[in-house]
Amino acid sequence: MPNATRHVHLFDAADPRRRELALEDLGGALSRWRLAWALARSDIMHRYRGSVLGPFWLTLSTGIMLASLGILYAKLFRIDVTDYLPYLAVSLILWNLVSALVNDASVCLTGQEGVIRQMPLPYSVHALRSVLRNAVIAAHNLPLIAVVFWVFGLGAGWTLLLAIPGFMLVMAGGFAASLLLGMLCARFRDIPPIIGSVMQIAFFLSAIIWKPEMVGHWEPLLPINPFFAVIEVVRAPIMGTTGSLFTWLAAIGWVGALIAVAWSFFVRFRGRIAFWV
Amino acid sequence: MALIDAAGLAIEFPLYHHNARSLKQRLISSSGLRLRKDDDNRIVVAALRDLTFRIGKGERVALVGPNGAGKTTLLRTVAGVYEPVAGRLLVEGEIGSLIDPAAGMDPLLTGRENVILRALYRGMTEAEGRALAEEVAGFAGLGDFLDMPIRGYSAGMNVRLAFAMATAMTPEILLMDEWFLAGDAEFMARAEERLAKLVTGAEILLIATHDMGVVRKWCTRAIKLEGGRIVADGPVAEVLGPVPPAPTPQPGLRSAMS
Repeated sequence: MPNATRHVHLFDAADPRRRELALEDLGGALSRWRLAWALARSDIMHRYRGSVLGPFWLTLSTGIMLASLGILYAKLFRIDVTDYLPYLAVSLILWNLVSALVNDASVCLTGQEGVIRQMPLPYSVHALRSVLRNAVIAAHNLPLIAVVFWVFGLGAGWTLLLAIPGFMLVMAGGFAASLLLGMLCARFRDIPPIIGSVMQIAFFLSAIIWKPEMVGHWEPLLPINPFFAVIEVVRAPIMGTTGSLFTWLAAIGWVGALIAVAWSFFVRFRGRIAFWV
Repeated sequence: MALIDAAGLAIEFPLYHHNARSLKQRLISSSGLRLRKDDDNRIVVAALRDLTFRIGKGERVALVGPNGAGKTTLLRTVAGVYEPVAGRLLVEGEIGSLIDPAAGMDPLLTGRENVILRALYRGMTEAEGRALAEEVAGFAGLGDFLDMPIRGYSAGMNVRLAFAMATAMTPEILLMDEWFLAGDAEFMARAEERLAKLVTGAEILLIATHDMGVVRKWCTRAIKLEGGRIVADGPVAEVLGPVPPAPTPQPGLRSAMS
């Protein structure tokens, strides 16, 4: 449905005003946060329609996975479960968030073909919807961390406050990735399977099931991996440390670079999206 | 004030997700008319070519022409879905579009919830959406069905709901594709009345249709498209010619699309 607030619409191919239109798109999406929120909520409701537990299936399945993986890997790595399981809980829940953000990003535009080709709507609404949906899912999983900490008698310190900017960084990166990957995957249909494979490899490379100190003198180099960096800036504060300065710089650098690339792509190719999906 | 002003407007659809090489061989050689290679050596379909027209307030314009002439593409371009590759397009006035009744509807939500969702799509608040739902309920005449999931609706009920939603927001420019003909006779009469009111409010109606009865009855001007170009533009009688002496359909019943 057309934009009710924009009463004058001018487009001149000789003077495409791409930056201005891209900014307008972002502004339009932010002013429609209610729409993105309603769509994100309905996505989750549809997924669990008619089920008794509803979205709490997410909580339950994550919980079971944590318990089984935690006990098994503690045994394999010969670490104490009390030491390992809380770490795994935080890592795995954050990884699930990051990987869902990336995987959903690849279909956030192609999946909305019906809307995109029928009504003018800011494209960033679709990116916002994807990010909000994953935030809701994360909200169903994050309390598990509290449960695990309580079971193992761990407390949280002041560093927990640092997890908030870390989390914002993850979400900002998720939004930028949704725009960028959404566009790339609409134009080049070979990219979604590539992303799938990359994420699978990243899971093993990003210190999710193993601890950073296990790689010995390589540990300081880990933040070169963007997935490690953005996860660590949330994980370390939850685990009671601040995380190294290099990790924070790497996380900010990676997310900043992602935003810059996504923005330049968005400015340049926004007008082509309707032809790509 | 409502206005649609296009100058040298062009839309091209690149054929991305096909085997370009075999398409090239098959299509370029046979029909070089609308398929061509652009500067990047891609195959593109010229959907709209060099359209120049101006529609001012109070005009009721019919887009006519054979299938694939570019009628729906032009509607979508005016709505703001497609960005032209060449030319200039100025649209002044709030747009209501009836291009695809199903777009943005959630089949699992009730009619009322869909109206609220549509209001959100337009950047309104939920409270405004609820008020709109009351207004729509009055016009759509769906009764208790308004609180049932719309996936159980018939095609006609969907049309009623979509039409009521699009016109309840009193747009200044109403874009309409031909699907709305799926309404029943009683609804069509009310729709006509509502459109007449809308248009007398100095608004623009732009409608793509094959039904010449509709064109003659509702429109003041016709633009005939063929192969993405305007081949005729003027008063309805001039573009369509005299009324054919064929047996007129029963009042209220529309002939099927030709």
